[in-house]
Amino acid sequence: MELDSLYQEVILDHYKRPLNKSLAANPDAQVHHVNTSCGDEVTLNLHLEGDRVSKVTWEGVGCSISQASTSVMTDLLIDKSAADALALVEEFQAMLQSKGKDSGNEDHLQDGVAFAGVSKFPARVKCALLGWMAFKDALQQALKNK
Amino acid sequence: MSSLDIAAIKADFPILKRKIRGNNRLVYLDSGATSQKPNSVLDAERDFYLNHNAAVHRGAHQLAEEATELYEGAREKVADFIGADSNEVIFTKSATESINAIAYSLGNSTVGSRFHLKAGDRIVLSEMEHHANLIPWQELARRTGAELVWFNVTDEGRLDLSNMDDLINPKTKVVALTHQSNVLGTINPLEKVTKRAHEVGALFVLDACQSVPHYKVDVKSLNVDFVTFSGHKMLGPTGVGILWGKKDLLDEMPPFLTGGSMIESVTMESATYLDAPKRFEAGVPNMAQAVGLGAAVDYLNKIGLDRIHAHEVELTRKALEGLQTINGLSVIGPKDLEMRGGVVSFAVDGIHPHDLGQALDQFGIAVRTGHHCAWPLMKRFKTVATTRASFYLYNDFDDISALVEGVERARKYFAER
Repeated sequence: MELDSLYQEVILDHYKRPLNKSLAANPDAQVHHVNTSCGDEVTLNLHLEGDRVSKVTWEGVGCSISQASTSVMTDLLIDKSAADALALVEEFQAMLQSKGKDSGNEDHLQDGVAFAGVSKFPARVKCALLGWMAFKDALQQALKNK
Repeated sequence: MSSLDIAAIKADFPILKRKIRGNNRLVYLDSGATSQKPNSVLDAERDFYLNHNAAVHRGAHQLAEEATELYEGAREKVADFIGADSNEVIFTKSATESINAIAYSLGNSTVGSRFHLKAGDRIVLSEMEHHANLIPWQELARRTGAELVWFNVTDEGRLDLSNMDDLINPKTKVVALTHQSNVLGTINPLEKVTKRAHEVGALFVLDACQSVPHYKVDVKSLNVDFVTFSGHKMLGPTGVGILWGKKDLLDEMPPFLTGGSMIESVTMESATYLDAPKRFEAGVPNMAQAVGLGAAVDYLNKIGLDRIHAHEVELTRKALEGLQTINGLSVIGPKDLEMRGGVVSFAVDGIHPHDLGQALDQFGIAVRTGHHCAWPLMKRFKTVATTRASFYLYNDFDDISALVEGVERARKYFAER
């Protein structure tokens, strides 16, 4: 069934058991992003140690795609340098906006490639990007404040 | 059983023959968002462009005459449909524009006039309003300093009228309510509220987007001052909405949009304005769309609103019964059929509405998921989104069975993975 290409095992796993879903105190930046078309939301706290992303923690409500994608994102980007993290966000975003053409580089995106199937469902692309865009926003704010 | 010949009705709507996501029959349960269009509406629009297209109310040529006749003919059809006089029926581009037209007109009125709002005045709404009947009033309140207050909604999804006399007090200038909730399906009882509104001299605005397409709404007997609704939810084209108002009010109110077609005389410094409806129809209107709406009214009249409503009540009964057999499903809104339209919102434990809607789509079932442009109501029911099925004359019991089976299948899909 075509649904399986969207709801891959790894997505449903992250949805049921999300990673880093509890806000850590005293972040370098906190952002709140909302998907205005459906009301899904994510609050994200970012901690930097020098140039390194040390913590990404979050709270949110929403569909399996938005919540799992945020979970995967935190797992991937923690411990990366700010520049590497941003590059990965760009790569993930490009995959999501490829309308099914880009299946993603698993060496780079790891569990993130599970969301390649989402790019065939235009209405869900925003769901998959919600947490990633929140991260990008938080990182830019944190870097500006340094 | 229904007295409607649904097979014959379905045949009038070519889109219902579409196959969805492979070879699934289209089960369209999103008429609350927009209805599908019968051939006769599409033909009327096309015929206007093919044979009669010209700017209405201007030009001495034959096409202009025909276009004007068709456009004004559509106005008469709409007026008859809601029990109004045709010079009280204003064509707008949407119901949203209709409500904004009232709000901006009140905001443009001169100090001291009966339409003027100022600090200390009150606008009364309800928690179940669509954003279209909320934001224009928030904005008017912001511009004038008036206070915004609202009726609460009970756990059953009914309007809580227990504090009506306090809410609608002598400071109240406007009461704006939805006739039927687009989320809950609740039909609001209007008699007491309109009586109280008029007792204190307030204007009563009725958002009838979800009612006029589905059952008889007689604007005169409802004792309201303004009624707004859209064409595209009642088998008509997009791009045409209706604003009905009492003639003496409309003629006294300042216009909202200004420009051509709505003036009586013009100098370089100033202008005077025509009476309604032209006063509120600046510019060349959406003529083909209005004519299409006229054809939609003909279609609804041919089938009969009473029969349509009775049919939708049966569909709703079957949907409420079937859905509530599903494990972990809860209906948000009235669970009985009393004062209730053909809209059913629900939640399924552990499945976000977007995921449920996505699964249903794979089975060919089109429902609406999300906040339904009613964030405050979502908050009231402590959720961010629901799944909503909404029915119309072309739906049958098979559609309802498909919905119930589809939801159960989706529930299992997510539960077992």
